[in-house]
Amino acid sequence: MKQGIFTVTGNSPLNARYARLALSGDTSGISAPGQFVELSLPGFFLRRPFSVCDWDSSSLTLVYESVGKGTRALRELPAGTRLDLLTGLGKGFDLSRAGAEPLLIGGGSGVSPMLGLARRLLESGARPRIILGFNTRDELILLEDFHALGLSPTVTTADGSFGIRGFVTEAMSVPHSFFYTCGPEAMMRAVAEKSPVSGQLSFDARMGCGFGACMGCARMTVNGPKRVCRDGPVFDKEEIVWAD
Amino acid sequence: MGRLSVSLCGIELDNPVIPASGTFGYGCEFAELYDINCLGTFSFKGTTREARFGNPTPRIAEAYAGMLNAVGLQNPGVDAVIAEELPRLAQVFHKPVIANVSGFSVEEYVEVCRKLDAQPQVGWLEVNISCPNVHGGGMSFGTDPNAAAEVVRAVKAVTTKPVIVKLSPNVTDIVSVAKACEDSGADAISLINTVMAMRIDLKTRRPVLANVTGGLSGPAVFPLALRMVWQVSKAVKIPVVGLGGVSSAEDVIEMMLAGASAVQVGAANLRNPYACREIIENFPAVMDRYGIENIKDIIGGAHG
Repeated sequence: MKQGIFTVTGNSPLNARYARLALSGDTSGISAPGQFVELSLPGFFLRRPFSVCDWDSSSLTLVYESVGKGTRALRELPAGTRLDLLTGLGKGFDLSRAGAEPLLIGGGSGVSPMLGLARRLLESGARPRIILGFNTRDELILLEDFHALGLSPTVTTADGSFGIRGFVTEAMSVPHSFFYTCGPEAMMRAVAEKSPVSGQLSFDARMGCGFGACMGCARMTVNGPKRVCRDGPVFDKEEIVWAD
Repeated sequence: MGRLSVSLCGIELDNPVIPASGTFGYGCEFAELYDINCLGTFSFKGTTREARFGNPTPRIAEAYAGMLNAVGLQNPGVDAVIAEELPRLAQVFHKPVIANVSGFSVEEYVEVCRKLDAQPQVGWLEVNISCPNVHGGGMSFGTDPNAAAEVVRAVKAVTTKPVIVKLSPNVTDIVSVAKACEDSGADAISLINTVMAMRIDLKTRRPVLANVTGGLSGPAVFPLALRMVWQVSKAVKIPVVGLGGVSSAEDVIEMMLAGASAVQVGAANLRNPYACREIIENFPAVMDRYGIENIKDIIGGAHG
């Protein structure tokens, strides 16, 4: 984990639901895709956790949804704003388990960390396949960014307005060596149940600190209670205990 | 002894800054970030007899200038704390630590305190009779002077180390609870624990916290905590440890002027993991600004 001051270099809507925040600063705290940052917003007590979409040595991007007061305030931040971030938080995706043909499945805002993961899997020589699920065509994000990596994601929309009609599981009947997923829990559960192989899932949680101190975001696993922020947010399929 | 040093129940602290229980784990997360030996000491995560998951999630909510938690005493249980957490802590922290203890019965407080009292690393026992987030224990002892006295007497009978009793602000007469603890043998009082509170989600029209209510902490509660520290320190002769919303060296000094012998820092650690180190680093300059030579000289200074 590293604390640092970052400068907003871009903050623009991707569509009516999601926006992309680009920040410049020292990203040396980030060691794996799937890790997150905690961003301190002026006027708000608690930091806000965001999965890192992608990063290089001096910049990172986040995709966020304005769901509450904090993330609405985030939309108003102009380029040049300086923000205090904790970076490199949590345990990210384990690339060493990918195998030759990993399957990456992102749903909604959970598409975000799949981009950085796909880039690094490609760099490591794997050939990732991508499935992206959205409610509707108007909420599609990052498709062109995956295309820029030379990848052609399969897109599903719940209402059939783009790609395959239905949920991401409709597109999962492709052979894969391992899966990585991030999205709504119901989606991730369906993915884990449908896939015949092992995989990793990245969870969202309401957090206090983001670095393992407050125990606010605990989740029961087969190995006992774990902190989503510190022991996760990425967990192995075999560890997960699903709520009934 | 430096100008920041204070004494708490006969044990010297290099400075009065103490991370509060529940915001500092068992120390190791913070030891990865900075040398935690710069602290006066710290109070570790509330420990019970058995391992506890705590309350269902979500158990964190935000407030203006603060936060609510309803963690509900998640901890690995006293035996695991002794077998795993304390040896790990010994690698990175070389001062006596405050062992924070919670329970659901007098017998549980007694058993956990007895076990922790025997640990050489433990300097003080902080008996938490004020957790607002558990049912049938915690705060139910801290809101009744007789029940508080019973816990203190029972714990004192089986321990040798100083016993600090952590009080709840969720009472109409904090002084009577504090006096009952003093009369039963408490060596110090710490206050305040969190203030019972809640939030409602406008979209779902339901409470934000799965537990419905939680404890409010952070700068929002500082004036309330300060008032209670003032009242209690006026009424008892034993030392008072002040906490509640402390976020800066100035806040620490204000708490000490109100009567605190040492000061705990809670929610600030969760917002800024370096908060306590920064407070300690800022201390000498802030003392200079207010003409304070030695910090211990100002304890209770506002009482005139």
